Amino acid sequence: MALPQTKQDVTEARLSTLDMPQGASWANALRENALSRLRAAGLPDRRDEYWKYTRPETLVQAQGPEAALFEVDEEAELFGDVERLQIVFVDGVFDAEASDDLIGENVKIERLAEVSQTDIHWAKDLYGVLETRGQTPVARPLATLNTAMATDGVMIHATGKVSKAIHLVYHHKSTSSDAILHHLVKLEDGADLTIFESGPAAARFNKVMEVDIADTARFNHVRKQGRDHERVAVTHIFARLGRESAFKSFTLTANGVMTRNECVIELTGDDSVAHVAGAAVGDGDFHHDDTVFITHDAERCESRQVFKKVLRNGATGVFQGKILVKAGAQKTDGYQISQSLLLDGDSQFLAKPELEIYADDVICSHGSTSGAIDEEGLFYMRARGIPESTATDLLTLAFLAEAVQEVEDEGLREDINSRLSGWLERRRG
Amino acid sequence: MTVLDNTSVKDGVDRETVDAVREVSTYKYGWETDIEMEYAPKGLTHDIVRLISSNNDEPEWMTEWRLEAYERWLKLKEPDWAMVDYPEIDFQDQYYYARPKSMEVKPKSLDEVDPKLLATYEKLGIPLKEQMILAGVESGEAPAEGRKVAVDAVFDSVSVGTTFQAELKKAGVIFCSISEAIREHPDLVKKYLGSVVPVSDNFYATLNSAVFSDGSFVYVPPGVRCPMELSTYFRINAENTGQFERTLIIADKGSYVSYLEGCTAPQRDIAQLHAAVVEIVIEEDAEVKYSTVQNWYPGDENGKGGIYNFVTKRADCRGDRAKVMWTQVETGSAVTWKYPSCILRGDDSQGEFYSIAITNNMQQADTGTKMVHLGKRTKSRIVSKGISAGKAQNTYRGLVSMHPKAKESRNYTQCDSLLIGSGCGAHTVPYIEVKNNSSRVEHEATTSKVDDDQLFYCRQRGMDEETAVALVVNGFCKDVLQALPMEFAMEAQQLVAISLEGSVG
Repeated sequence: MALPQTKQDVTEARLSTLDMPQGASWANALRENALSRLRAAGLPDRRDEYWKYTRPETLVQAQGPEAALFEVDEEAELFGDVERLQIVFVDGVFDAEASDDLIGENVKIERLAEVSQTDIHWAKDLYGVLETRGQTPVARPLATLNTAMATDGVMIHATGKVSKAIHLVYHHKSTSSDAILHHLVKLEDGADLTIFESGPAAARFNKVMEVDIADTARFNHVRKQGRDHERVAVTHIFARLGRESAFKSFTLTANGVMTRNECVIELTGDDSVAHVAGAAVGDGDFHHDDTVFITHDAERCESRQVFKKVLRNGATGVFQGKILVKAGAQKTDGYQISQSLLLDGDSQFLAKPELEIYADDVICSHGSTSGAIDEEGLFYMRARGIPESTATDLLTLAFLAEAVQEVEDEGLREDINSRLSGWLERRRG
Repeated sequence: MTVLDNTSVKDGVDRETVDAVREVSTYKYGWETDIEMEYAPKGLTHDIVRLISSNNDEPEWMTEWRLEAYERWLKLKEPDWAMVDYPEIDFQDQYYYARPKSMEVKPKSLDEVDPKLLATYEKLGIPLKEQMILAGVESGEAPAEGRKVAVDAVFDSVSVGTTFQAELKKAGVIFCSISEAIREHPDLVKKYLGSVVPVSDNFYATLNSAVFSDGSFVYVPPGVRCPMELSTYFRINAENTGQFERTLIIADKGSYVSYLEGCTAPQRDIAQLHAAVVEIVIEEDAEVKYSTVQNWYPGDENGKGGIYNFVTKRADCRGDRAKVMWTQVETGSAVTWKYPSCILRGDDSQGEFYSIAITNNMQQADTGTKMVHLGKRTKSRIVSKGISAGKAQNTYRGLVSMHPKAKESRNYTQCDSLLIGSGCGAHTVPYIEVKNNSSRVEHEATTSKVDDDQLFYCRQRGMDEETAVALVVNGFCKDVLQALPMEFAMEAQQLVAISLEGSVG
């Protein structure tokens, strides 16, 4: 079907502001391929069913909106206590001085900007591959745009246990920056890698991370999205899991007028495990969208989606989650929970938690709830002398706990909780 | 022979369940009545719309209404979002009007009704005494034992007859075919027709608005509790003919009515179209129960033939404390596309939706409900059980919407799916939109998780977990069955003599 003219126009307007980076022939071919796929699909508009609850205008328009810089307070770095290797991007541009040396045990770290200039590299068999697979059954054109136009990114190849976590730090210093980064992460059999991400990255940020996890490998991901409220961001994680491998991802979001985090996971090896979780708190014109698509295509795999949102003063929380169990993916254990706590009458929660199941011996469940703070719980605490504001905060943290619990590292969990209570306290005024 | 005979059954699914599903897969109503029919020419044009209108002796305003709908329909596109897959429908290769020749002049007594029509309804299992009444003959004796049920029997495009009309009239209740209502009660029809499902609502509703031929009309005046159950039995008989029925039910202030709908069709190789619209208006303090046992011909095990069932059903709770309850047992049709919905406009109004959908062989069902909460303290409850076997696809699709002004409203949704055999699919596509914080919305879809509070309660009283779960799930299934009126209970029980225990644990 021909693309509607309006979509063509929007897509071309966006493309006119970008230059496709040139490199080795394989990289150019992959980018050209992505470009033609993008032109066929068109950038999303509000009529798309997949964008029913989130208006994509600011993410697709030719020039992104400006975003004021956030006044950094004395808050300690979230991942400060963990031994890590930092790779710093400022408004999407690699900052060599601020970054550590890109050297680690059992891991090779390179940058897309360099790799795409070399003729032979493993990236040519992965760049855009998982992104392409993730385009069916639902198109994700912003990820395709990313594949075509990404200016840089980190290429991580892990061959064993990587002792230091790799920390991608995204600074935002220009009010009109528009960054597109594309990371590749390849884990060989038995590899074990942790990636942290933090920071707002840019006024507008489009990020793709493709993660290929071989048999028995483990991938752990913890992300904190920046508190610069005016920034807009669309991120995609595409992951493919081999036999007995594990994928874990947790995202903490506070503030942001537009965040769309998509996570597309394929369980292709038996006995693999994927957990995706998120805790989001926001108020006012905060708009946060978690869109998750998990495909079970092997036996005895487990998937878990835990998303909690606390919304105030007219904030909007969106959850679109799907578990697809293909024929033959027997003994699948799929779980999905999406909940929102609405702290006042103006906030809203919009959810579409889906199951699509073609195998009979499976346990799949999903739950979704929305409501105000539990009055009885509040009364109970107040009857025991706890002030209302403290009691509300405690109940709010308890509500978020199931999601935070998905973070494996205990110290990190505590840090995240203190961030969340800090946010609540500041809002209490 | 069904696919099930060759299917290895999953541990924990008991034989009874499998047998019950198999029972459903043998279609008992697949014969046809050999009767002389009159058809409108094939295809759909302005002239066909006019012809349908004139066959029903409709006034000019009704003809105009239909033509306007037809004009709109021409500009609409068939929806493709449902998880159903069927070959493209050629809307010009259908008959839009068919009636038995003997119905050209409406019979006034049993002697005048074509015996073949009588035999048809007898064979469909409608009790003889009802049938005599159906034909319009008052016998001296009391009608059928037990409760009375008034029946409007629709055969292809026309209503054959409506029973108990006189007795209902005494209570002030109007129960007749919609074509009769357009002639006899134009003010009511004008006021309410299209007010719940507007002409422009969706592709099939618009098509229906243009070409609907018959269906039932019910008006229950203020404060009246309808003295008997009302029922419509739809039978498709003619080949290549679409059935487009239209039902309009109005429950005025403080009234009550329970309405039943049944349907069957002959076994044919070519799929047939059925696109109905049901509108229900419920005023202050009134209550309507609407129950359906949908048993259209589902097609054979290879997916040949069957009815395409595209239905728009909606209830509008206009007044405060209005109440509607939809109960459906969906076992037939090759393709089902049906979402009985509730607009909860009045404060404290209530909507309930209980559904059991069973699909087997190549059947596809995409069904569910919409609960639109507009009024304060409105309540809704959705209980949906989907059972899928063979190569069938069963989808629950629903919307729960809490508008900003629907303060302190409440929704509870529970969707359970059971799959039998590895070739079938079960899907859940709920939309949840909450726009105020004093409302609570809970959605659960699972075959393994039951309400923790209920489990806790049972376990606290000494039951082991398995027993407790079985009890709670059984209770849920009975919720749906018990919601059905007695007249349907037998049929439904047979269709759903299915235990869900095996799927729990």
